Amino acid sequence: MAISREDIEKVAVLARIQVTDEQIAGLETDLGNILNLVDQLQAADTDAVEPLAHPLDAVQHLRADVVSETDQRDAFQALAPATEEGLYLVPRVIE
Amino acid sequence: MQWDVVIGLEIHVQLATQTKIFSGSSTAYGAAPNTQASAVDLAMPGTLPVLNEQAVRYAVMFGLAIDAEINRRSVFDRKNYFYPDLPKGYQTTQLDHPVVGAGHLDVDLADGTSKRVRIHHAHLEEDAGKSLHEDFHGMTGIDLNRAGTPLIEVVTEPDMNSAEEAVGFARKLHSLVTSLGICDGDMSQGSLRFDVNISLKPKGSTVLGTRTETKNLNSFRFMEQAIAHEVERQMDLLEDGGRIVQETRLYNGDTGESRSMRSKEEANDYRYFPCPDLLPVVLSEEFIEDARQRLPELPDARKARFVEQYGLNDYDASQLSTDARLASYFEEVVRRGKDAKLSANWVQGELSARLNADEKSIQESPVSGSQLGDLIVRVADNTLSSAGARKVFDALWSGTHQDVDTIIADQGLKQVSDTGALEQMVDEVLANLPDQVTQYRAETDANKRKRLLGGFMGPLMKASKGQGNPKLFTEILRSKLEG
Repeated sequence: MAISREDIEKVAVLARIQVTDEQIAGLETDLGNILNLVDQLQAADTDAVEPLAHPLDAVQHLRADVVSETDQRDAFQALAPATEEGLYLVPRVIE
Repeated sequence: MQWDVVIGLEIHVQLATQTKIFSGSSTAYGAAPNTQASAVDLAMPGTLPVLNEQAVRYAVMFGLAIDAEINRRSVFDRKNYFYPDLPKGYQTTQLDHPVVGAGHLDVDLADGTSKRVRIHHAHLEEDAGKSLHEDFHGMTGIDLNRAGTPLIEVVTEPDMNSAEEAVGFARKLHSLVTSLGICDGDMSQGSLRFDVNISLKPKGSTVLGTRTETKNLNSFRFMEQAIAHEVERQMDLLEDGGRIVQETRLYNGDTGESRSMRSKEEANDYRYFPCPDLLPVVLSEEFIEDARQRLPELPDARKARFVEQYGLNDYDASQLSTDARLASYFEEVVRRGKDAKLSANWVQGELSARLNADEKSIQESPVSGSQLGDLIVRVADNTLSSAGARKVFDALWSGTHQDVDTIIADQGLKQVSDTGALEQMVDEVLANLPDQVTQYRAETDANKRKRLLGGFMGPLMKASKGQGNPKLFTEILRSKLEG
C-alpha cells in the first residue's frame, strides 16, 4: 500500500515532527515498505485467533495503595528549562 | 415546532485513593505545586506504570452498585495528544475493554416517578495536570500534582430528555459514589466533572439530531443552566432554518454564555492503541467477591430503611438519605434524641439553614449529632419551648457551651409547666387587663377571638420571664375566658 504525501504531512503534524520536502520523498518509500508488510500480515487468516493486547502471556500485577514516593521536585526542576513558584513554565497555551 | 431533547452524560469521577493510578505519589489535595509529581508522573524515560489495586477495586465496587457486568479482563490503551499538562503525550485509558460494562441507575423525579438511565460502560483512566494561564512572563505554568490521579469515566446512553432528568441523574451519581466512599464528591475541587451531550429532534422522530458537547460542568446549578442555554440555542438555530455543528462548547457560569471550543472538522485524531507498558488486567472471582463484601448500604436501600425504621415520610427519607454523611449525622441525632420526626425537622431546618449560611459542610458542623440529639430530648419532653431551643442551639453553635442541660440551667431556659404557677400568672394578667377580657368575651368571630387571645401571650411571657409553656398558657387562658 502506498502512502500519500498528504498522509505523511498529517502524521508529522500529529507527532509534532518537522519534516522537509526532501525527507518526505524518502519517507514515502520507507513508510510504504512498512505498510506493505502490514498488508502481508493482514492477508493472514485470523478468524480463529483471539485478539492480542500484549505479547507476554502474563497479567497485570496490582500495587497496594500506599504512598511510596517522596518529594523530589528540586531535583526534577533542576532539569527543566524554566520554572517559577514551583511550576514548570512552558510556551503559552491558548485555548 | 415541537422538539424532543436528548441528553447523554459523560462523568469523570476522581477516585479517593491515597496514591495515583500508576505511581506511589500522594493524591492529597492542596500540596505545593509539583511536590506530588514523581518520575512516573513526569514521564521520565525508563519509568514504568504499576496499576493501583485500590483504583481497580473502587471501579469494581461502582460497577457492582450499578448492576453492571464486571469485565474479568480489561485492557489499557493510549490516547495520543499533545498538551503540556500531559507529560507522556498520551493519556492512559481504556477504549475497547473497559473494566465496567453496561449497567443502569434509577433517577427519582419530582412528580414521584422514577426513570431508568442506562450506563453504557465505565472505564479507568488517569487525570491530567493543571495549566495555570496567569501571566508568567507570557508563559504558562504547569502543576503536575493532579497528573495520574485515578478517574473512572462513566458514559451514559442518551436516555435523558430534560435538564431535570440530567441533573437528577448527576445528583444520584454523586450520592452513589460518595456513599460508596470511592469519591469525596467535592465538586468545587473538580472531584466530579460532567460533560453533557445534547441534541434536538422533531417531536416523536426516531432519528437523532446532531449533538454538541458542553464540557467540564462542576456544579449542579451550572449544569442545569448550561442545558437550558444549549437547548434554547439549538432550538433558535433549527427554527431559523440553520444547522447544528457537531462541536465541543464551553459554558461560562458567570456570564451565562457559551462558546465553541473546537469543531468536529478539526477534531483530534487520537490514534488509540493498546498500551505496551501495561499487561491486561485479569480479575479473579475472589477479587470481585471481596469488592462486593465491601459495598456499604446504598442510597436507595437507606431511604427505604429510613421510612421503615424511623417512620419518616418519603420526602424526609429522601432528603436525609441522599448524602451518606448527612444520613449518618441524622442517625446519630436520632440515637440520642429518639424522636425521629423532630430530629428530621431540626436537621433539615435549623441545622441545614445555619450550615448554608456559614458555608459549612455537615462534617464541619460545630454542633455534633449527639449534642443535637440531647437538644431534641429536651424539646420532646417540653423542658424547652421552641424559642428556648433556638437559644440552646445558638450556644452550641457558637461553641461557648458544650452541654445542653448546662446551657438550659445557666440561661434559665427551663420551661415552666407547673399548671398551678401558670394559672396564678394568668389570673394576675387577666385582672390587669379587664377591657381586653370584656372585648374577648363579646367577640363572636373565631379568627378575631384567636387574635385577641394572642394579645394576652406577650404579658404572660413577660410575667414568666419567657419560661412559661405557651401551649399550657393557651389552654389555661381559654378555660378561664370561656369557662
